[in-house]
Amino acid sequence: MPTMIAALTLSAPVPAATPLWAAAWTVDWDALRRVASLADHNTRVVLLGVVLLGLAGGVVGTLLLLRRRALLSDTISHACLPGVVLAFLLGELWFGGGRSLPWLLLGAAIAGSSGALAVHWLRHRAGVREDAALAMVLSVFFGAGVVLLSLVQQAPGGGAAGLSGFVFGKAASLTAADARWIATLSSLLLLAVFLLRKEFALLCFDETHARVQGWPVRGLDLALMGAVVAVTVTGLQAVGLLLVVALLIIPPAAARFWTDHLTTSMALAGAIGAGSGAAGVMLSALLPRAPAGAVIVLAASTTFALSMLFGHKRGLCARALRRHRQARAIGRDHLLRAIYECLETKGITDRASASRNQAGRLPLPDLAHHRSWTDSELRALVRHADADGFVARLANDHIQLTRAGWDKAARLTRNHRLWELYLLHYADSAAAVVDREADVMEHVVGQDVADRLERLLENQVPRFAVPDSPHDLGGKAGPLPRVGSPHAEPDARREVGPTP
Amino acid sequence: MNAAAPSPAPVGEPAMSVRDLNVAYDRKMVLWDVGFDLPGGTLAAMVGPNGAGKSTVLKAALGLVPSASGQVRFFGLPLERARRRVAYVPQRESVDWDFPVNALDVVAMGLYRQVGWCLPLTKRHRDRAMEALVRVGLADLARRQIGQLSGGQQQRVFLARALVQDADLYLMDEPFAGVDAATERAIVDVLRALRAEGRTVLCVHHDLDTVTAYFDHCLLLNMRVIAAGPVARVFQPDHLRRTFGDRWRLLEDTVVRFGEEAVTSGRS
Repeated sequence: MPTMIAALTLSAPVPAATPLWAAAWTVDWDALRRVASLADHNTRVVLLGVVLLGLAGGVVGTLLLLRRRALLSDTISHACLPGVVLAFLLGELWFGGGRSLPWLLLGAAIAGSSGALAVHWLRHRAGVREDAALAMVLSVFFGAGVVLLSLVQQAPGGGAAGLSGFVFGKAASLTAADARWIATLSSLLLLAVFLLRKEFALLCFDETHARVQGWPVRGLDLALMGAVVAVTVTGLQAVGLLLVVALLIIPPAAARFWTDHLTTSMALAGAIGAGSGAAGVMLSALLPRAPAGAVIVLAASTTFALSMLFGHKRGLCARALRRHRQARAIGRDHLLRAIYECLETKGITDRASASRNQAGRLPLPDLAHHRSWTDSELRALVRHADADGFVARLANDHIQLTRAGWDKAARLTRNHRLWELYLLHYADSAAAVVDREADVMEHVVGQDVADRLERLLENQVPRFAVPDSPHDLGGKAGPLPRVGSPHAEPDARREVGPTP
Repeated sequence: MNAAAPSPAPVGEPAMSVRDLNVAYDRKMVLWDVGFDLPGGTLAAMVGPNGAGKSTVLKAALGLVPSASGQVRFFGLPLERARRRVAYVPQRESVDWDFPVNALDVVAMGLYRQVGWCLPLTKRHRDRAMEALVRVGLADLARRQIGQLSGGQQQRVFLARALVQDADLYLMDEPFAGVDAATERAIVDVLRALRAEGRTVLCVHHDLDTVTAYFDHCLLLNMRVIAAGPVARVFQPDHLRRTFGDRWRLLEDTVVRFGEEAVTSGRS
């Protein structure tokens, strides 16, 4: 183990004969094996306690975040410090057992709850704004705690030496008895939240509805805050009061990137919290100098960063991918309609001649004129349409629609023109602008709207045909073509390529 | 929803009765001696200009905002004893639509009181929630996260949540505000079905054009009740002018001053 710490901190001299990387690999395998295999009873109990704590933190934190009270947990945890020190003092004075964990946790719970109530009182009775109330209570309680702590530590006896562990946490040196307390409290808390999950969900989603239905909203709110205090107090010793808030906030925030469902969200947040707790305990067993609380928080925030990037519901990548797909579909639709209109000006208005005949082949530059595409944009669009099986790329920069491509192009053009007609007749748009307006709208509407448009414009448009464009296309429009039903999706994907 | 249609309120026992309701926000009087009786089995609109206190009437009656004085009875009973018979549809903006629940979950929340403390939802409850979603035409979207629904669909989810409560009186806050035509039709159909089942509905309504078409009773409100009763009698130019017109301003000023005096004298 010392070798490894030396390698990681680079503070101890490395023998000249051993290259740096080799020193880094001389891990104390024995220690690693002991931790990983959980051979040590103490490690097992501590691990169990911290895992359950992480689980409870994630589950309660999900509700806390949904109730929009994230900052309250920070205030509560800081407010716990004077409670711990006072409990220690009183314990020493009364029965000489100030170090007993349940006793200290009781003190922390009372102080934490007082902090929460002080915020509530400042807000509702004294009219202080919530953010100011939170900041005030946090600093006043924490300040009082620091003063008390320094007084206690100066006192003779040195019994208070361990108290500062509550500030940063000391998961690695938890005793089995402490860990058993943490495990018990966390399990009870999980059970309580499990039983009240329906009521808490209602409270967080729609407090008004809960009140109209006659639920005791105030009591439920107090219960939820009580759960937050319980997690905070339970986590004080393992994670420390500065960082216990991370156990409540980060796992739920990470879980939200993966799911849109409350129960799943709670379970996932619990799992992330538990995993982070486990990682923290393992690592701090290997590196006794690293404060466990900080390691747990780093593990949780790594999970958060990964979730934010790769979460499949709301992650950045997922969202970018959705935007990209949409942009690509819109570009493809524009390309297909441009091809259709090009063919139309050449008098080609049926699938056979468009997708089979020589006349259906279009040189790319013709299309480039049609919209404000640059050459490379156009080529990318054609490449994508080719991949989707709507367009075939031919020699000499020519392209031709496939049969599926023709069907889709005809349907798109039809929808576009229905929109244009609708805008002309019912929205009083000028013929010069309908093209652009329809361009925007046609991508937002589905087939059902197109069907409704059709019914509306029934007497102006022959059924299942592409109507003439209401504005000039820059060439002579051909006769109305007949295409398949607008409902039928093209089944042939790449049936017909170029024909001689 | 359930076979046994509730019996209409007995004659002489209004579905909702409000007496001398006074509400003040800070120093401004919002409701001033509001009183009315809503007969059972009616479809009633509460109409008035912006800031007239329409939503406040519902919220004060349901105990959601404190009232300075007044008495509200539902079917002759105080709210505490009539909760099961009253359902409320709040304005759509009142909740966080980003919340991780789907449409079916939200509708099922209307049943939580019947499910009871700590017990899980059963399949029977989920089926009833689904039936309510069918009734408002959202069966296909039951599993969709509520934030991905359109405004009108969100409004219908709220309506479905009220429907599963199987109440006798429905209080709705602007159910038609900012909804699409399909939603408006769906809501009107549901309202009429409720009336046909002998239930009572009171809607805060903002669209004067549709009052006569959708409702049979009307309540004109501007800080106090201007007129209340059958639409044909109440929805008259004279009443409307008194509700929306300029002459109201004079009284409004008086009432504001009165409210301030009440607050100051209450302090001293």
